Amino acid sequence: MSEPTAVAEGTEQLPFNDAVPGAVLGTWAEETDKAYLVAPDKLIPLLTHLRDELGYDYLSNLTCVDYLTYQGKKRKGVQERFEVVYHLYSTRKGGGHIALHVRVPENETVPSAVGVYPGANLQEREVYDLYGIRFEGHPNLRRILLWEGFHGHPMRKDWKEAYYEQDTKPFKSRHPRGGYQFHEDKLPWGKNTTYPPGWDPDTWQEPVAYVPVSMAPHPVVQDPEEEERRPHVHTESIVINLGPHHPSTHGVFRMLTRVEGETILALEPEMGYLHRNHEKIGERNTWLMNMPFTDRLDYLNSMSNNWAYALAVEKLAGIQVPERAEYIRVIMAELTRILNHMWSIGFLLNDLGALQTPALYAIEEREMILDLFEEVSGSRMMCNYFRFGGVVRDLTPGWLERARYLAQERLPRALDELDRLISENEIVKARCRGVGYLSAEDLIALSVSGPMIRAAGVAYDIRKAEPYGIYDRFEFDIPTLPNSDVYDRYYIRLLEAREAVRILQQALRDIPGGEVHGPPAYASATLEEGFGTILGGKGGYTLRPPEGEIYSRIEAPKGELGFYLVSDGKPNPYRYHVRAPSYINLNALGPMCVGYKVADAIVVLGAIDIVLGEVDR
Amino acid sequence: MATVPSDFYKLKEQQIQQYLHDSIQVPPELRQNVLVTTLDKLYNWSRRSSMWPLLFGLACCAIEMIATAASRYDMARFGMEVMRPSPRQSDLMIVSGTVTKKMIPAIVRIYNQMAEPRYVVAMGACASGGGPFKEGYNVVSGVDKYIPVDVYVPGCPPTPEALIYGMMKLHEKIERQSIATVPWYQEGFSGYVPVPRLGPDIFDPRQVELIKEHTLQATREAAQAAQAAEPTKAAGPAQLSDKARARIEEAKRRLAAKRGG
Ligand code: SF4
Repeated sequence: MSEPTAVAEGTEQLPFNDAVPGAVLGTWAEETDKAYLVAPDKLIPLLTHLRDELGYDYLSNLTCVDYLTYQGKKRKGVQERFEVVYHLYSTRKGGGHIALHVRVPENETVPSAVGVYPGANLQEREVYDLYGIRFEGHPNLRRILLWEGFHGHPMRKDWKEAYYEQDTKPFKSRHPRGGYQFHEDKLPWGKNTTYPPGWDPDTWQEPVAYVPVSMAPHPVVQDPEEEERRPHVHTESIVINLGPHHPSTHGVFRMLTRVEGETILALEPEMGYLHRNHEKIGERNTWLMNMPFTDRLDYLNSMSNNWAYALAVEKLAGIQVPERAEYIRVIMAELTRILNHMWSIGFLLNDLGALQTPALYAIEEREMILDLFEEVSGSRMMCNYFRFGGVVRDLTPGWLERARYLAQERLPRALDELDRLISENEIVKARCRGVGYLSAEDLIALSVSGPMIRAAGVAYDIRKAEPYGIYDRFEFDIPTLPNSDVYDRYYIRLLEAREAVRILQQALRDIPGGEVHGPPAYASATLEEGFGTILGGKGGYTLRPPEGEIYSRIEAPKGELGFYLVSDGKPNPYRYHVRAPSYINLNALGPMCVGYKVADAIVVLGAIDIVLGEVDR
Repeated sequence: MATVPSDFYKLKEQQIQQYLHDSIQVPPELRQNVLVTTLDKLYNWSRRSSMWPLLFGLACCAIEMIATAASRYDMARFGMEVMRPSPRQSDLMIVSGTVTKKMIPAIVRIYNQMAEPRYVVAMGACASGGGPFKEGYNVVSGVDKYIPVDVYVPGCPPTPEALIYGMMKLHEKIERQSIATVPWYQEGFSGYVPVPRLGPDIFDPRQVELIKEHTLQATREAAQAAQAAEPTKAAGPAQLSDKARARIEEAKRRLAAKRGG
């Protein structure tokens, strides 16, 4: 019999064991990203200790890996099939993370972390939905991306979908004898569906999904004496459904609200209407093939998504990025940030009823920025511009001049214009001031990130707290506002866009000449060099990062965008997980809306600034 | 009238040329005031020029649809600037984005709620055929698997120019229709699409028989295998279980009844 842990060490050298004895069993993946193996029964005491004593107050990422078909050497002899992974950060101290792994055999449960970090709520539900791991003590463990009654847990390695061809791409079977047979023709009903044998559609009853909108996360405590003194009409509360087709839910998003009169008692988000299986497809793709898929996560900000993924793979594989490419990356990311913030302000105003005017102002500037993107990448929205070790091609002649014009003149003017148009508006103030309040501590406990916590006075920005790329070279501030209401969430975006313009101006001033991709041509792409090099050349196409795992994150416009990748040394990522800011920020939607009116829920949602491509992935 | 350009009337005449009746000629002295056309042409012209899309976005393509409606590309030039959030008031559904299994019941319901004549444009690779996510377990590989589509616009996402081109193609299609032959004025016509249901996987009520044959066949094969493994039972030809046979009989009867009715 082998040891239950892959790396057996004397437990006395391991950290935290003096405070929580027997919690840490060993370490995992020393080379790339250090992680501790934790005993399941000691998980909650350890998390509490880390949060209360060591200041790790922020649960950034919670996910799971199914090691059924793992081919690496590190896990030889380990019996347990699943590992639940936690990544913790400290918003007070900044710096890197602590990664914890809990090994789970099939059909066993893990204690739920919701009691320590309420932000684990949605993430644990996702793990339950996709992997079938039950979290003991979770208040509301229902499927989240798929529907109740769906057969199986699709992210498990042995679960195959209807259009399954092979485990890994590129598919060898794609064109047998020169022809391609469509999947549709292989199945009798011509659709990508499978039904378990023996299932009878005639007698099928949809399981009634119990949506606990009667449980107010923050119950309104009413003083019985106060009730007595102020007689009022007793009403019954009702459930109102918004979406999935609703003009103000920013896409196919659904909210169930329990209201009394017009006041919200509880709100439950329902999602999955745009669940496009990024992760399942991503684990079949090669490392590079995932780059265009990241474009489609947060489809307003394809450049930042590219960067987050490229950064993670570069850290995993140890790839260097040349100077000029670093500058180009910063320029693209900051342009994206301005674009996103203007767009979100415009559409927040749309939700408030200022139909179209502010949105049209935002779209006008967006078109200018999109022209720049299209010029370098060939596409307006889905740029697919970054490569491991650089960017796909150099800037076109004259691009910098046009970008400088935007950064020096046009964008500052446009931001001032938006400011003048909106900030002092009476109606905006009346609708936004004091709406959707949640304290900074609550927001952090709910794993909220990005402009939302900065509007609550927490100066936490990954560009400063854990700098990546070359952000340490630029001079910029982290604006914060104290009130944590919708108005501040609007205004913080304006301030951040101004800071982004500042960074942009510096980057455009300092950008050096030189190469845009590093020596191993993972990234080169001119037509003269042949199409092979567009895919990264032979070497790039078969990029095989060393065995290990990585969690790396950037400050995307919507918050903390992280990628958790596991490599077993093969040309395909073994695990590809996206920590999407929009998704996790939705943890706070329910608590933020309680006590306000239904019309305010729309605005509160607008101020979180979600994109459904990223929420549902 | 000094502000009217000199060739204004000529231009106007050119523009109305295509709407005039093919054979009935108006005497030249009346041409400024009288115009003869067919009901089809007038009807199609008015429908075509005031097409109201449903305010309905699914995914990334919706962003480009918004950009098309915004000032730079300006869909208002085609009489399409009024996006209606209610399906009852809209003529055109632009399916802009990835259609997922969880969403398709809602889409079909919205389609059913739209009043005829109604048109569907599949915008982007996803809506047309699944696009980059075709292999996904929660992705419907093309909205035309469930509802009829009039125009497909390729691209990921299609540029606003491509979408506008798709709209122009739709206009051409409308101009070719005739009140006499369009299906929605025929007697007994119903464009109702049965709403797909969420089972262990999404299923189309129109395909229940097919699915049942398949899933129950698997049961039958399992029963066969069990029989083969158990030599004590009488070996014989492949037998359906009584329950399964009753179900198939029932299904056949229902199908026959439906066909007959
Ligand atoms: S076609 Fe492309 S842009 Fe459109 S919804 Fe699909 S992935 Fe997004």
